[in-house]
Amino acid sequence: MTGILSLTTFLPLLGVAGILALRLLGNAKDQAKVENSAKWIALAATLATFALSCVLTFQFDRTATGFQFVEDIPWFAGAGYRMGVDGISVLFVLLTAFLLPICIVASWKSIEKRVLEYLIAFLILETLVIGVFTSLDIVLFYLFFEGGLLPMYLIIGIWGGARRVYAAFKFFLYTLLGSVLMLAAILWMISTAHTSSIPALMAFKFDPAVQTWLWLAFFASFAVKMPMWPVHTWLPDAHVEAPTAGSVILAGILLKLGGYGFLRFCLPMFPNASWQFTPLVFALSVIAVIYTSLVAFRQTDIKKLIAYSSVAHMGFVTMGIFAGNPTGVQGAIYQMLSHGLISGALFLCVGVVYDRMHTREIAFYGGLVNRMPWYAAVFLLFTMGNVGLPGTSGFVGEILTMTGTYGASTWAALFAATGVILSAVYALSLYRRVVFGELTNPKLGGIGDLEAREVWIFVPLILGTLLFGVQPGLIFNVTQASVDHLVSAYHAAIGG
Amino acid sequence: MNLSAALQLATPEAFLAIAALVLLMIGAYAKKAVTLVSGLSGAALLIAAVLAADGAVGMAFNGAYIADNAAAFSKVFIYGFSAIAILLGDGWLKRIDKQQFEFPILIVIAAMGMGMMASAGDLISLYIGIELHSLALYVLAAFRRDDARSSEAGLKYFVLGALSSGLLLYGASLIYGFAGSVRFDVIAQAVHAGAGTGGVLFGLVFLLCGLAFKVSAAPFHMWTPDVYEGAPTPVVMFITTAPKLAAMTLTARVLVDAFGGAIDQWRQVVLAIAMISVAVGAFAGLVQKNLKRLIAYSSIANIGYALIGLSAGNQQGVSSMLVFMVLYMIDVTAFLSCLMALKRDGKPMETLADISGLFRVRPGMALALTVLSFSFLGLPPFSGFWGKFFVFQAALAAGEWPIAIAGLVLSVVAAFFYLRIVKVIWFDAPPEGVADKEPLDAKIVGGALALFSTLPVVLALGGLQTIATAAAVAMGAH
Repeated sequence: MTGILSLTTFLPLLGVAGILALRLLGNAKDQAKVENSAKWIALAATLATFALSCVLTFQFDRTATGFQFVEDIPWFAGAGYRMGVDGISVLFVLLTAFLLPICIVASWKSIEKRVLEYLIAFLILETLVIGVFTSLDIVLFYLFFEGGLLPMYLIIGIWGGARRVYAAFKFFLYTLLGSVLMLAAILWMISTAHTSSIPALMAFKFDPAVQTWLWLAFFASFAVKMPMWPVHTWLPDAHVEAPTAGSVILAGILLKLGGYGFLRFCLPMFPNASWQFTPLVFALSVIAVIYTSLVAFRQTDIKKLIAYSSVAHMGFVTMGIFAGNPTGVQGAIYQMLSHGLISGALFLCVGVVYDRMHTREIAFYGGLVNRMPWYAAVFLLFTMGNVGLPGTSGFVGEILTMTGTYGASTWAALFAATGVILSAVYALSLYRRVVFGELTNPKLGGIGDLEAREVWIFVPLILGTLLFGVQPGLIFNVTQASVDHLVSAYHAAIGG
Repeated sequence: MNLSAALQLATPEAFLAIAALVLLMIGAYAKKAVTLVSGLSGAALLIAAVLAADGAVGMAFNGAYIADNAAAFSKVFIYGFSAIAILLGDGWLKRIDKQQFEFPILIVIAAMGMGMMASAGDLISLYIGIELHSLALYVLAAFRRDDARSSEAGLKYFVLGALSSGLLLYGASLIYGFAGSVRFDVIAQAVHAGAGTGGVLFGLVFLLCGLAFKVSAAPFHMWTPDVYEGAPTPVVMFITTAPKLAAMTLTARVLVDAFGGAIDQWRQVVLAIAMISVAVGAFAGLVQKNLKRLIAYSSIANIGYALIGLSAGNQQGVSSMLVFMVLYMIDVTAFLSCLMALKRDGKPMETLADISGLFRVRPGMALALTVLSFSFLGLPPFSGFWGKFFVFQAALAAGEWPIAIAGLVLSVVAAFFYLRIVKVIWFDAPPEGVADKEPLDAKIVGGALALFSTLPVVLALGGLQTIATAAAVAMGAH
C-alpha cells in the first residue's frame, strides 16, 4: 500500500483542480449553479479522502511500533520527501478527514459570498493539515505546519465577523512568531545531525545542554498552537470572528497540531529537556485549566466561552503528555481526539442558532427548548461531553490524563481535578441560559428546529462521541504499541 | 596568455560591447525601429547568457578578469533578468508613448558592467564594472525626463552614487597601498601573510561601505526609497534585480577570495550591516503606503538576509546567499511586473489603497500578488521561504545563532506589512473606477514567475543549490 499516504494527503487538491476547472469553464452568468456544483465537488473530494483514511486506518498494523506506509524520495541536499504514520498520527489523519466533509456541509448555506474560494481554502487546508500528520521529514513537516496559516488567515479574514481583520492578523502573527523560533531549532538540528528525517532525528542523541534550547524553541511554537496559557489570547479572537466551519477546523484539528508536535518532537527528541521542564508545563497547564475555566464562566459570547473551554481542555492534554507515562499519553491522545469531535460539535451548535439569529450573545437567547427540542437534545449531549460525563468520550480523556498526571505529580492532578468541576459550572450555566427557561425574547418566536442537513451534520458526531465514550478500546488498540514504545524510549533516555 | 586567448575568456562582455555599439548605430539611423532594437538587445543578452554559461574557465588580463563557475552563475541570471527588463520596459514605455531606442541599449551597457563585476579579479576591474553599470542606471532612473520625480530620482541616485564611489575608491587605494597589489589573489596572500591588520582592514571597511551602497544595505540605503518611488517601474525592476546580484557576487568574491584570511574581522562589519538592514527594512516598511517604496524597504531587508548568509563566509554561506538572491530576484520581478500591468482609469496602481479589493476586479493578478506577498513574508512552500531556509541554515551552522534568531524574529515584524498587502487585496472593497485591461507581456511574466514561486520552486531547489555550490567552490570558499 505504498503511496496511500501521498494519495490521502493530496487528494483534496484534486477537488481544488476540479473547482478551478469549473470556474474557468463554467457559465459565469449562472453563478448559483456553478457554486452548487462546486460544493458537490468539494464534498466528494473530502468524502473520498475520508474513505481513503478509513482504508488507511484498517490497513494499519496495530502491533507494530515503527512507522508504516513509508515513502522516501530524495529531494534536495539532505531533505527528502518522506511520509509515514504510526499509531500516534494515524488517528489524527482520520479525525481530519472525518471533520472536513462536516465542515463543507455545515457551510452549505451559511456562506454566501465567494463560495468557490471558500471551498478551495478548505480543501487546501485539509491537504496541509493531513500533511502535518503524515510527513516524516522535518522540513516537509514545517512546510505543512506553517503553510496552514495561509488558508486559515484568508478564511478568518474574508468570511469572518465584524473584527475579522484584527483577528486574522493576530492569529497569523502570533503563530508565525512561535514558528520562526522552531524553524531556527530545526535548521540547527539539520546541520548538527546531518539529516532531516524524523525517525533518524529521534534516534540522534542531542547534547542535554543543547536540548534545553531546542525544547524551548519547539515549545514556543507548539504552546502557541495548543494554545497554552499565557499565549492563548489569539484563540478567543480567532474563534469569535471565524465562520462556523473555520471554528470547527480550528478547535477540532489545528489545536491538535500543538499536542501532536509535543508527542512527535519534544518527548522523543529532547527527553532530558522534557523531563527538566515538566514542572513548568504542569504549572502552565494547571493555570490554564483553572484560570481559563473561570474566564469562560464570565463570557457573554457563546463562541468565546467555548473557545476558553478549549484552552482549559488542552491543559489536560499537555499535562497528560508530560506526565510521561503510558496512561497520561494515551489519555492525552484520547482527549485530543474526543475534543476534536465535541468542541467541533459545540461550534456547530452555535452555528445553528447564529445562522438563524446572527448573534452569539448569550443574553439574547433563552428558552430555546420550547421551540427547538431536537436542538436542545443535541446541544445537551455535547455540553455533557464537554463537561466529561461518563459515557461520553470526554470522560475517558479527562480521567486518563488525570490518572497519568497523578503518577507524576499529585499536586498537579489535584488542582486539575478542580477544573472538572469548573467546566461543569460554565458549561451547564451556558446551557441553562441559552436553552432552558421561558422564551422571553420576541425575536426568537419564529426560530425553527434543526433541518435535515443539520441533522446529518450532527449524526456522525453524536455516534462518535457515544461510541468512543463506551468503547475506548477502539482507539487504544491503535495507539497502544506506539505509545508504549514512545514512553519506554523516553524513560530509557532520562534514566528512569 | 595572449590577447586573443584572453578575449576568448571574456567573450560575453566583448560580445555585448560590440552589440551595444552596433545597436546604437541601428537606432541612430533607423529612428523608428525601436522595437527592433529592443528585440535585438534582448536577443544579444540571451546569447551572452549562453556564452557565459558555456564559456571556458580561467583568468585573463593579468588577473583582472576571472571566468569561473561563480561568474557564469551570476551572469546567466544577470543577463536573463536584464532581458526581461528590456521586454517589459519597452512595452511599458510604448504604452505611455515614450518609447526610445536608448532604453534597451542602456540596459545592455549596464548588463555588461555587471558582467564585469561578476568577473572582476582586481580592484581596477571592480571599479570599472561598478561605474559602467552605475552610470547607465543613473540615466535609466531619470529616463522620464518630463516627470519631475523621475528626474529627482536620477539626480539623487547620481549624487549619492558618486559619493559612494568616492568611498570605494578611497578604500581601494588604501588596500593597494598596504597590500602592494590590486589583484585579489595577491591581496589574499598578503592578508594571509599578516598584512591583515591596520591599513588593509581600514581600506576594506571603506570598500565595503561603497559596496553596501550599491546593494542598498542599511545604513547606506537612503537613496533607495526615493529612487524606487520616482524611477519608472521597469527601471525599478531592473535596479532591484540584476545589479544587486552582481554586487553581491562581487562582495562575496572580495570577502571570501581576497580577504578570506581576515574573516573574523570583516564578519563583524557584514553582520552589523546585515542586522541594521533587516531591522530598517522591517520597521520602516510598516508605515509605507506606496507599493514601490514598500518594495524598496523590502529589498533593504532582503539584502540584509543575503548578507547574513554571506557572513558565514564558507561554502555553505556563499551558496545560500546566491540561492537567496536568485529566488528573491524572481519574486521581485514578478511583483513589479504585476504592478506594471495594473492600471485604473489609465493611472497606474501605486498605493495600497489602489489595489484594495483587487480580488474582485482582477482575480488573476490578485492571486499572483498574494502568492508573492506570502513568498516575501517567508511562508512555506513559496520560494521566499527557501531563500531564508538556506541563509539561516548557513548562519546557524556557522554558529551565529543570535543573529539567526534576531533575523527570524524581525521577519515576523516584516510579515505585518506583507500581510497588509494581502489584507487590502482580499478583505477590502475596491475603490471607484474601472480597472484597465492588463498588457499581455507584463501579465505573462508576472503570472509565470509567481507560479514558479508556488510549487515548481520546490523541484528546482536541488538544481539551483548544486550550481550555487559550484559557484561558491569556484570563489575559493571552503
